[in-house]
Amino acid sequence: MSETPQMGQVGPAFPDTQSLTENPPPSAPPPVEQAKKKDSKPASLWSDAWYDLRRRPMFIFSLILIAILLVMSFWPSLFTSIDPFDAKTCELSTARQGPSAGHIFGRDNLGCDVYAKTIYGAKNSIIIGVATTVITALVGGLLGLLAGTRGGLTDTIASRVTEVFFAIPSILGALLITATFRDQGLGIWIVVIALSVLAWPMTYRIMRAAVITARSQDFVLAARALGAGQSRIMFRHLLPNALAPVIVIATINLGGFIAAEAALSFLGVGVTSPDISWGLMIADARNRFLEAPLPLVFPALFLSITVLAFIMLGDAVRDALDPKLR
Amino acid sequence: MATKGDTILEVRDLVKHYPLNQGIVFKKQIGAIKAVDGVSFDLARGETLGIVGESGCGKSTLAKVLMALERPTSGTVKIDGRDIGRARGGELKRMRRNIQMVMQDPYTSLNPRMTVGDIVGEPFDIHTEVAPKGDRNRKVQELLEVVGLNPDHINRYPHQFSGGQRQRIGIARGLALQPEIIVCDEPVSALDVSIQAQVINLLERLQNEFNLAYIFIAHDLSVVRHISDRVGVMYLGKIVELGKDTEIYDRPAHPYSQALLSAVPVPDPEGRENRERIILQGDPPSPANPPSGCRFRTRCWKAQEICATEEPLLEIRPGTDHESACHFAETHDVVHASS
Repeated sequence: MSETPQMGQVGPAFPDTQSLTENPPPSAPPPVEQAKKKDSKPASLWSDAWYDLRRRPMFIFSLILIAILLVMSFWPSLFTSIDPFDAKTCELSTARQGPSAGHIFGRDNLGCDVYAKTIYGAKNSIIIGVATTVITALVGGLLGLLAGTRGGLTDTIASRVTEVFFAIPSILGALLITATFRDQGLGIWIVVIALSVLAWPMTYRIMRAAVITARSQDFVLAARALGAGQSRIMFRHLLPNALAPVIVIATINLGGFIAAEAALSFLGVGVTSPDISWGLMIADARNRFLEAPLPLVFPALFLSITVLAFIMLGDAVRDALDPKLR
Repeated sequence: MATKGDTILEVRDLVKHYPLNQGIVFKKQIGAIKAVDGVSFDLARGETLGIVGESGCGKSTLAKVLMALERPTSGTVKIDGRDIGRARGGELKRMRRNIQMVMQDPYTSLNPRMTVGDIVGEPFDIHTEVAPKGDRNRKVQELLEVVGLNPDHINRYPHQFSGGQRQRIGIARGLALQPEIIVCDEPVSALDVSIQAQVINLLERLQNEFNLAYIFIAHDLSVVRHISDRVGVMYLGKIVELGKDTEIYDRPAHPYSQALLSAVPVPDPEGRENRERIILQGDPPSPANPPSGCRFRTRCWKAQEICATEEPLLEIRPGTDHESACHFAETHDVVHASS
């Protein structure tokens, strides 16, 4: 080894350290940010991610959209003076009428105001979409994290149970669950339960696969060598490195759940008339789509905007959690 | 700190077999990969023991067993007289403070989603008794300074550093708990040659500063020679030769060591003329089914009847000045480096 050059050079004067001090690499944060952070407490992945998120236009935009949708769900009367649950607001003689001054989205098959129904329908659709997404992400994600981390018997048992759920045809299974429990007074929550029961295995699988990939990396071994316990390895090392695909699939699924609710409504379970949901409205308007497209287009448009808002939110969070993309 | 010279790590008849199972429901063991098969050595405080050998000879498994990341099948790994291989729970956690490791690949050994401050400070989060919470940041910055990094970079992420700098972060993490032993599993083989030299120098400086004992695993013989006080040559899960670096490099006694050394590139075109090349035939046998007697006999040009029947022990042989495991050991200068 004596032939290797630079052997005598020890101490802080290493060329690579120096060059880094003088010109930070292009990926390094700009100096202003650096200076600001130095005064505050030390950074962590989550605080850095939050710091980064607040500067992402996509995140801000999606939050504004989601806020509007939530306000719409819980205080629909702020947006429209017409109460679609009041039968007097519908006039059969004006069925499928185009947009007019008082009814800007036109009227549907029963002569009811499409705009008011779309606003009031937000609540059921958003509750079903968001609640199902959260439940599947939590249940599937935590089980996947546990099975992926522990492996062995835990993994075998959890994976076989998942396969049982995978084997149930989804629409048939959801139909069975909602039809069985429809008289229990659970309202739309029965739809949430039915969809969650059938959808968590997908999140489980994705989380488990991502955790297993992360687990084989050396930093997990290094943490174990330091004496880190299982929960530290799970939540500090594996979860942050396995979260990205779960966030993506969860936000994409959100739209799917709202659509699945529509399918159940169409089959006569789940949300049914006179209750309102976007899915139900789309199902109702399908048959007369060529005559009167607007009663289908407007709830579908709102559905798309909702899904888009959550996908953008998920994308922004995923990117913020990857230091390489900041 | 204790004086240099007394034994800190004592490894005796260490064996690690990985079972080979057949069947899905009713698992039946049909054999075992004998990754480490009877390794013994001592390590003194402040000393560096180099371990060399080709790929698959059990070097990394040895490191994992020493670090208690794998439980030994049999044998003992005693640190300061206590067996880490049998330690559990809180005792094991306490013992880990005394033995840390530097890993091979600086790209996968640092969590990409943790800041440098979190990576180097994690030992303090796990062993809260080492540093009070408010002290953590200052300690991390000190450690970064010790390994030659800018302490202001505490909030950066691993991907913002070069390979050599990442390896320094890994070294800082290993130093955090002030261990007396550091197991370096090929710490420089993933780095450029010029960066290798820097990291080696850093390791040597830290050794002098903190009186560290190193187990230095590598396949680069010149790197091992440069840093080691003693060298062990491994072949198929066993140490076949063990001695001071000059003994191994100038007077190798085991035919395998001689063959290994003859493969070292000689940078001097003059010296290249008079060194010999020993080309071994065939591949190393499978560690699941090692040859009887001497494990090297299938590739050895000296092999006789006795090599197949009697396993040579690691001992000082007549005509040699250090331990070797060969019935026909004789010193033979392959490199001619000292001439």
